[in-house]
Amino acid sequence: MLTLENVSVSYGAIEALTDINLQVNQGEVVTLIGANGAGKTTTLRTITSLLSPREGRVMFEGKEISSIAAHKLLPMGIAMSPEGRGVFANLSVRENLEMGAYIRKDKKEIADDMEKGFLMFPRLKEREQQKAGTLSGGEQQMLAMVRALMSRPRLLLLDEPSLGLAPLVVHRIFEAIDEIRAGGTTILLVEQNANAALHHSDRAYVLETGRIVMEGDSKQLAADPRVKEAYLGE
Amino acid sequence: MNWVKSIIVGIIAIAILYVLNAAMSATGFFGIGIDDYQSRLLVFIAINVILATSLNLINGFTGQFSIGHAGFMAVGAYASAYFTVTHGKAIETSLSGLGETVASSIVLLLAIGIGALVAAIAGLIVGIPSLRLKGDYLAIVTLGFAEIIRIVILNIDAVGGATGYQVPGYANFLWIGIFAIITVVVIHNIVKSDAGRALISIREDELAAEAMGVNVTRYKVTSFVIGSAFAGVSGVLFAHYNKFLSTNDFQFIKSFEIIIMIVIGGMGSMTGAILGAIIVTLLPEILRLLPAIQIGETTFQFADLRLVIFALILILTMILRPQGILGTTEFTDFFKRFRRADKPTGGLE
Ligand SMILES: Nc1ncnc2c1ncn2[C@@H]1O[C@H](COP(=O)(O)OP(=O)(O)O)[C@@H](O)[C@H]1O
Ligand SMILES: [Mg+2]
Repeated sequence: MLTLENVSVSYGAIEALTDINLQVNQGEVVTLIGANGAGKTTTLRTITSLLSPREGRVMFEGKEISSIAAHKLLPMGIAMSPEGRGVFANLSVRENLEMGAYIRKDKKEIADDMEKGFLMFPRLKEREQQKAGTLSGGEQQMLAMVRALMSRPRLLLLDEPSLGLAPLVVHRIFEAIDEIRAGGTTILLVEQNANAALHHSDRAYVLETGRIVMEGDSKQLAADPRVKEAYLGE
Repeated sequence: MNWVKSIIVGIIAIAILYVLNAAMSATGFFGIGIDDYQSRLLVFIAINVILATSLNLINGFTGQFSIGHAGFMAVGAYASAYFTVTHGKAIETSLSGLGETVASSIVLLLAIGIGALVAAIAGLIVGIPSLRLKGDYLAIVTLGFAEIIRIVILNIDAVGGATGYQVPGYANFLWIGIFAIITVVVIHNIVKSDAGRALISIREDELAAEAMGVNVTRYKVTSFVIGSAFAGVSGVLFAHYNKFLSTNDFQFIKSFEIIIMIVIGGMGSMTGAILGAIIVTLLPEILRLLPAIQIGETTFQFADLRLVIFALILILTMILRPQGILGTTEFTDFFKRFRRADKPTGGLE
């Protein structure tokens, strides 16, 4: 579904990604784990055309998307819940979700999808008319995820959804990831929380200073002594 | 629905304008008159409402930072004035069969069309290169543009150059008021539309808006061009009411005054911009009425200090309410809040 072929990206003279090869197949949850500054966000920005690769290319469903304008990717089926959530602080929860469905015109089905989102996170229903900026970090993350789903993406990119959240909320977020996957959406999950990410995904890539150093089945990686030592704190 | 409501409100407002306009005439409205000084204040409020609400579309709702609004006003003023000075009389004569009022109104409407168009083109030329980039390039470019255009006009002898430009007086309070209302209605409807939601999302978070599928550059440029076109309209009305143009009317201080209006009223609030326009027009005039106070040997002429006091009031407002008087809320929201309090919350809407 999504393929990165020999992708290198630099910020000016600084190379942030070197020769990345990564693949996400239809129906999978693939996770990209790595420490702070490893290049995870850079990878997602490259996929969503906010950055363009210096070398290599990004393919989505057989089409090269590296040079397509960022706002045209959503209609193609790629949605992102950005790092730091990026909710529209002065818009209400409902208005944020309406913005998520900005490219759609089917009002009735949009309303249905919104109800599904509220079912996933009832907290959002309670806060429906509240400004997004007044929500807690966890609620904002829930909002960012549901907002990304409002475009009915086939591929959902999640940038550190558990960052800075209380353990109970993190648990709920990962449950939701399972539910979204069960609904048929393919997911690329970027995380520092390697433990949870490996338990809620099929395959994983480990990123270190811009390079992929390990990849494979999530369960096997979780059992790998090197991963255990470096990322699972064991 | 929204449009229907706006049109009804618009018709009522135009009726009020008609009465006020009649009262400004020599005979008054059934004997009740408004003097010249008061008429001028009403006219300048209306012109400033156009300037403030249109800048608010760019700065308040889209979150861009234009600081050269007076430049676009100047473009509209001079382009349209050149048109009416060179062609106004001829067009009026050729239309004389329609009656004097209709003929002169048509000339004014043509002038408004020209002023809006030229200002919009100027907006496009300034907007495209500066809005494609993220960051505050627009502020720098608009500031430069406004000064450059003023100096260019100053050196064009065909429009009077440094001695100023005599312009025929096609605009009266009725027309100016009507265009103030049109501006408010159009911008209100833009802001409340899906496109308006897109503009607000750009203000809130440009990257996230892009991720929602909003063509950020296109919307930013469109909003800027519409705002600039209305600034051009205000320039046309000003030129043909004042009957005299001087580049001094369009200095940086004028752009700054418009920014003050929307900052005081609340950026991103329609009613806030209108309130700001009224305050910034009237407050210095009200302060003229301050009494002189005698303390011991010295007399304090507070009226002479009115601009200092005006500045102090602005500074105090900003300290006490940095988000402006209304913030991003609307004046009418206060009434809604009362009504909502009576209703049970939740349920279907
Ligand atoms: N806008 C930028 N300009 C320059 N360097 C950047 C920029 N954004 C990120 N970087 C650098 O690129 C590297 C990867 O960053 P990032 O992708 O944000 O990592 P992660 O998301 O894994 O924490 C870091 O060394 C970071 O300092
Ligand atoms: Mg990151």
